[in-house]
Order: sequence, then structure tokens, then C-alpha cells
Amino acid sequence: MSQVKQREVVTSATVEPLTMRGPADTLVSLSVNRIARLVTIEPRVSLLDLLRERLQLTGTKKGCDHGTCGACTVHVDGRRVLSCLTLAITCEGREVSTIEGLADGATLHPMQRAFITHDAFQCGFCTPGQLMSAVALLEEGHASTDAEIGEWMSGNLCRCAAYPNIRAAIREVRDAAGEDGHAAD
Amino acid sequence: MRPISYARATDPVEAIATVLADPESAYLAGGTTEIDLLRLGVVRPTALVDINDLPLARIDGTDDGGLRIGALARMSDVAEDSVVVQRFPMIAEALLLGASPQLRHMASMGGNLLQRVRCSYFRDGVSPCNKREPASGCSALLGINRGHAILGTSEHCIATHPSDLAVALVALDAVVHVEGPNGSRTIPIDEFFLLPGDTPHREHPLEHGDLIVAIEVPPAPVARMSLYLKVRDRESYEFALASAAVALRAERGVIVDVRLALGGIATKPWRAHRAERLLLGARADRATFLGAAHEELADAVPRGLNAFKVELAQRTIVRALENALALGGAT
Repeated sequence: MSQVKQREVVTSATVEPLTMRGPADTLVSLSVNRIARLVTIEPRVSLLDLLRERLQLTGTKKGCDHGTCGACTVHVDGRRVLSCLTLAITCEGREVSTIEGLADGATLHPMQRAFITHDAFQCGFCTPGQLMSAVALLEEGHASTDAEIGEWMSGNLCRCAAYPNIRAAIREVRDAAGEDGHAAD
Repeated sequence: MRPISYARATDPVEAIATVLADPESAYLAGGTTEIDLLRLGVVRPTALVDINDLPLARIDGTDDGGLRIGALARMSDVAEDSVVVQRFPMIAEALLLGASPQLRHMASMGGNLLQRVRCSYFRDGVSPCNKREPASGCSALLGINRGHAILGTSEHCIATHPSDLAVALVALDAVVHVEGPNGSRTIPIDEFFLLPGDTPHREHPLEHGDLIVAIEVPPAPVARMSLYLKVRDRESYEFALASAAVALRAERGVIVDVRLALGGIATKPWRAHRAERLLLGARADRATFLGAAHEELADAVPRGLNAFKVELAQRTIVRALENALALGGAT
């Protein structure tokens, strides 16, 4: 079953190194919320800084910039990741989705509506990250109990401690959508 | 962050050639440690070769009951792979108890092995630290060392190895497959992690240009009933103060097979060889477990704030062994 192919005579000694881009500005083509974007950036620019400083998509927040708070959570190719630890240039050829792309025009995403219904935020700074994480959580299918929601949302900190209300919002969307095959409590 | 140049590779040989061509370059996989440390100025490559598109993400059960995990498989995918869950639950549990869901989607298997220590003196970029700046001294010896190691330490470094995954892999005698300038080679995982000794800046035997391509886990029927126990300051998203990967099988009350490795307390993922020797062939009861735990920690060197870890580690071992026994290891 193991699919290990032994390489033949082609070795790193006989292959040309790749051409490097940067460190100065380089043209990068991205797709953010299904809109093609062409930007000129240095390779060191994080996805978070690109979104906020260059594309004016300031919904994604910079909390710690170290990958510990989750405020910068976005989706890349449908998976929730931290944009502060992602270089923008590595997203070429991938689809980036941010909080700005969550609503369908003027119609809020069910998770956004549930956050309002359940008062799932106070200061609101962590909320975009919480929402992006919560939407992904239901797709991942790890929201069957409160304990499971807590564990699988642990990458998103809330200094206001709105956690009970965030869990309530997630429960509501889960039960409405029938995610996980679990009935309402 | 200092300026960097960038290229994305699609073939391992091309990636290796590109990194080899520039001594200041490094591979970029999930980036969860590397981008953070670049921003902090702790690591200083000037060129990154993005390997995320290399075809190294497969997770395959082998016909003999083992496992081969591509180096670029993500933590989240490995943790939920059915073969991993069936054959090596301790690997799945160790992965799911590490980091956060977002980080697990990003972080690769190879990168997990190569993640750097979370010692605050290493990470701050300025304190004396032999790992970051050889011969500059170790600030943790007399500093804030509550999270630091009590086994495998030296006068030059007491930083704890942070990986949970690696603890399970060490318990399972995994093998690291590497491709480099001189072709392919394999490294037993216990030899992959180096003790700090007087060269704490050397953490593994890889040379510049070496690329981890896969991790192989040999068959271990005992591991089908295995677990990973992690003790930490908060319930989730935190490093271990002490952890144990355990697989245990007893017949008629006697231990006939056992694997035990420890995390959170040592400078490398710690295979508990001394405890295993006492456990094998002994009665599977609390007295044996206590004796084995005591034996494994006999050479522990606590340094101030981390003194509590000696007892914590022993209790973690005992509980993990008891849990493993209850899991169905007894017949």
C-alpha cells in the first residue's frame, strides 16, 4: 500500500534552483471572497496585513500577531487558519474567505444572526474570528456537545468572556441546520 | 520582520536544490512556528522555499499494520484519519490535544517535529540563550523556569521539547524519512531528537537542505489500545506540564507488552526506557506503576520553579498506565 517511489538519477545536484521572488515588491495574484486581486507586495507581508492594510478588509482583526488569540481567523481553501501566521504570497492559487464574504449581500449568515440573537459579543473585537471559526466548526462536525464546542473553539479567545453566549449561538445554528445529525436539546 | 525572498516548489528535488543553493534559506511548510519566530527575529533565514505544494501529504496504512505519514500531511488530517485512529489512537489523541483547530489545519507533520522550544528566553530574542546564541549562557537555569525540563537537561539548556505528537512517535519507534543532497536516508525517531548537552543549538541531525519527506510508524498491535494523557494549566490550547503516551497489554495480570513515553518534562520527547524495563513482566497493578514512575524520575534535576514536575510526572505516569489498563489492556 505504501506509495514510495524511489527517485532515479535526478538529484538536487542536477536540478536548477528555483528563481526567487523578492525581497522587494513582487506582483501577487490572489482571490479573496471570490474576487481576483492583483497586488504588489513584499513576500514577507502576512495575509492579515495584506487584508487590512492593502485591501481595506479590516473586518479581520490583529490581536496578538503570534497565532495565540484567533482574532485573525480566515478560511483558506475552506479551512480555518490564522492569517497572521500566513504569508500572503503563499495564498496564490488558493481561495481566501474573510468575514466580509460571510454575508450574502445584505442577508447575514445564519451564524451572524445567531450571534446577534444570543448577544454573543461585548466589545466585538474577537467576533469576526469567532464567526469564521464557528462557521468552520459546524462544517468540521465537532459541535455535538457544549464541551466539544468549547474544545474546538479554544483557538479563539474572548477577553470579554462571552463564551456561554457564543456556544448558545453555535448550538442554535447547529440545531437549525441539523449538523452532526443531532436533534435540538 | 526582516525582508525575505520566496519561491514555491512543486517537486522535492527542486525544493532541495533551491535551499541548497543558498545557505541562508529555509523550507516553509505550515509556518506556524517559523513565521512567528521570523517576526520575533529569533530565526533569520533570508529566503523561504514554500514546500506546501509538494506531493507529500498522503497518509497510508501499510500492509503489515504500520503507517506512513507524508511530511506535509496536516495535524488535523492525521488526527482524523481512520487508519491512524484504529491502529495508533495515541497519535490521534496527541495531535488533537495540541495547539488549536486553526493551527492544526496549518501545521505539518514534518514541521511539528522541527518546531522550536517555547522557552521565553529563547523566544525573546535578547536574553542570553545557548540555543539561540551559542555560548551566551542559559537564562532559564536561575530564571522563570516553571515550564522547563527536569530530564535530559544540561548546564547549557533546560528548555522543554514542546511537541505532543513526537511523544507518541517516540513511544512507537517511528522512523523519519529524509531526502537531502546525498539522497535518501532514515533516522530512528529517538535519534532524531538530540539532548542539549553542550550544543543546545543542535536539535536534530538534519543538515542544510535535508527535507523530511515522511514519518513511518512500524506495526505495533499493542498500540490499538493506547492513549495520550496531557496535564496542563488550562483545559485546552496549552502546552503540557507533563504528558504520557502509553500502550499496555497484560495477560493474567502480568504486563506482556508496554510502550511509555513522556512529554512536557524533558528536553526531548522522552522514551521511558527505565520504567518500561520494570513494567515488562511485572504485575499490572498500582504498586508496579508507582515503582516504575519513581524509577523513571530517579535522575530528574529540578531547578526551582519546576520542582513540582517531579511528582506531577510520576502521577501522570501512574494515571496513564491505570487508564491504559482499564482501556482493555488486561485479559
